[in-house]
Amino acid sequence: MVEVRLENLKKYFGNGKVKAVDGIDLTIKDGEFLVLLGPSGCGKTTTLRMIAGLETPTGGKIWFGDKDVTYFSPKDRNISMVFQSYAVWPHMTVYDNIAFPLKIKKHPKDEIDKKVKWAAEMLPIENLLDRYPAQLSGGQRQRVAVARAIVVEPAVLLMDEPLSNLDAKLRVAMRAEIKKLQTKLKVTTIYVTHDQVEAMTMGDRIAVMNKGKLLQVGPPTEVYLKPNSIFVGTFIGAPEMNLLEVSIKEKENGLVLEGTGLEITLPEEFRELLERYINKSVIFGIRPEHMTIEGVSTLEHVKRAREIEGTVDFIEALGTDTIVHARVGEGNLIKIKLPGHIPLEIGSKVKIVVDLDNIHIFDKTTENAVI
Amino acid sequence: MNEETKFILKKLVFYAFIFTVVAWIVIPIIISTLYGFALPKDYYDPKKILPTSFTIKYVKTLLITLGALDGIKNSVIVALITIAISFALGIPAGYAVAKFIFPGKDTIKLSIVALRMFPIPVMAIPLVILYIRLHLIDTLLGVALAHTAMSLPFVVLITSSIFAGVSKELEEAAMVFGLTRLGSFFKITLPLALPGLAAAAMFTFVMSWNEVFVASILTLAHRTLPAQILSIMAGASGGAAPDYYKFAAAFIMILPAITFIFFARKYLVTMWGITLK
Repeated sequence: MVEVRLENLKKYFGNGKVKAVDGIDLTIKDGEFLVLLGPSGCGKTTTLRMIAGLETPTGGKIWFGDKDVTYFSPKDRNISMVFQSYAVWPHMTVYDNIAFPLKIKKHPKDEIDKKVKWAAEMLPIENLLDRYPAQLSGGQRQRVAVARAIVVEPAVLLMDEPLSNLDAKLRVAMRAEIKKLQTKLKVTTIYVTHDQVEAMTMGDRIAVMNKGKLLQVGPPTEVYLKPNSIFVGTFIGAPEMNLLEVSIKEKENGLVLEGTGLEITLPEEFRELLERYINKSVIFGIRPEHMTIEGVSTLEHVKRAREIEGTVDFIEALGTDTIVHARVGEGNLIKIKLPGHIPLEIGSKVKIVVDLDNIHIFDKTTENAVI
Repeated sequence: MNEETKFILKKLVFYAFIFTVVAWIVIPIIISTLYGFALPKDYYDPKKILPTSFTIKYVKTLLITLGALDGIKNSVIVALITIAISFALGIPAGYAVAKFIFPGKDTIKLSIVALRMFPIPVMAIPLVILYIRLHLIDTLLGVALAHTAMSLPFVVLITSSIFAGVSKELEEAAMVFGLTRLGSFFKITLPLALPGLAAAAMFTFVMSWNEVFVASILTLAHRTLPAQILSIMAGASGGAAPDYYKFAAAFIMILPAITFIFFARKYLVTMWGITLK
């Protein structure tokens, strides 16, 4: 169990042409479950591979506690890793797969046996120990890979999209199991995924990456409710956050967001932050679940709200939720997520209620959040 | 023509084609095997298609009196040395080509193949002169070295496709769990590649076994089987050899190739880069 610290970590490929990881500073606390989240090609896997020692950094440092492990070979780092393809060795039985790391470290035989049984029980795969990986299903192989990773009681557990090859149902089940296992073992865990649901449900904290940069680090709810940029805001949440280009105007009743077909008066407390954007364009963001339609459903815990007018364009009935696509003004299409089944007619005029405490305003050029 | 007859006709054409191809390959093999043991009067008899009386006389004479047995022994030694050297050099090269990205990789791959474009007869005289100077002429090691040069490109390409079939993550997992790169090669990659490598070894064996030109020009007293048979057939016995020796010789030559295919066909597919997954 150890704290992992990345210091200005960099990895360039092709003589610096491709900046896979471009200067990351991140501290993963002892025993924490940190999720590295980002789209494919954002550098999250490269970051993980550098922590594992499978990739040599171009610059920066990796600390495990007060030990600088930047140039240690993987075997000297006391880590474990679960690979995307499971990487269970096909020429060994499940037992031998799990026992392999211990055998290399020359543990006594009876101790190996005890530990393998313990790890197999945790997953649980005790009844599969004599089998070969080819005789197992994908989910079972995944369990073997996890058992092999925990059997050595690593200081740091690394997981590289371990669930992405499983079917949807199994993925949900494994998600909970891995999280429970990690809580029980209290091992510092770094988990790479592009699946925002995995990130939200599993992580103690989420680190969102894009184009080799670390954009935001924080607990899931914080990253979700207070995204610091357009990228983070739209990457997390389904359906995606609505984005509209609006301008900020000074009117008699205060600052107003003005766009085609909408006018939202802002509370006075935003003035200070928005002062320099008066008469300028900004990006207004609002999540589909932070709006409702008047007379249809109500938003709970909403203290302040504003209304805008729209026309129902399309309805997606998902069973548990209904997603209403509404046209606001010319060309602006926004999605509203409402719980339950909502019988609305296409083409009907509706009043959309916006939760003022959950609106986001982004700078148009830097794409960073202002509010 | 309705759909059904069309379908049947298509099938017929298909099977006729398959039959022709198979017959093309199999008939000479069957004939050589049968005639190798048949009495000459049987295959000179126009009324007979298949021989009915057999003897091991000709095969025996060829093997013992005419020295084919020594040839077999020499061939086996040469083939084993060839396998040893070409694998010692080819496996690391194949591994590098399969697993690493390095500058000039494509050029190297291409030049490996291009090596095989040189017609060996062009190099015959310089090769013999070189061998005389190095005192390698008429030695089994000399033939094995020449065969190594010929089979190495294939060994590199074949082993690289075998190693490419062993996923990188399997090796990386071994490294994470406590092995060095070399250790993970020996404990993980090599065992997984072993069936394919065995097939590649057999392939090299047959290549060396069948090679006649280089073996003929480089040796005199220590001939490999094909070279030995060639000299028996074409002159050492004064003029062309009788047909029954030709058939017996054909049988002896074919045997290892057939045995090889029998054991290796399962892995041959992997060898050509189509990994079975």
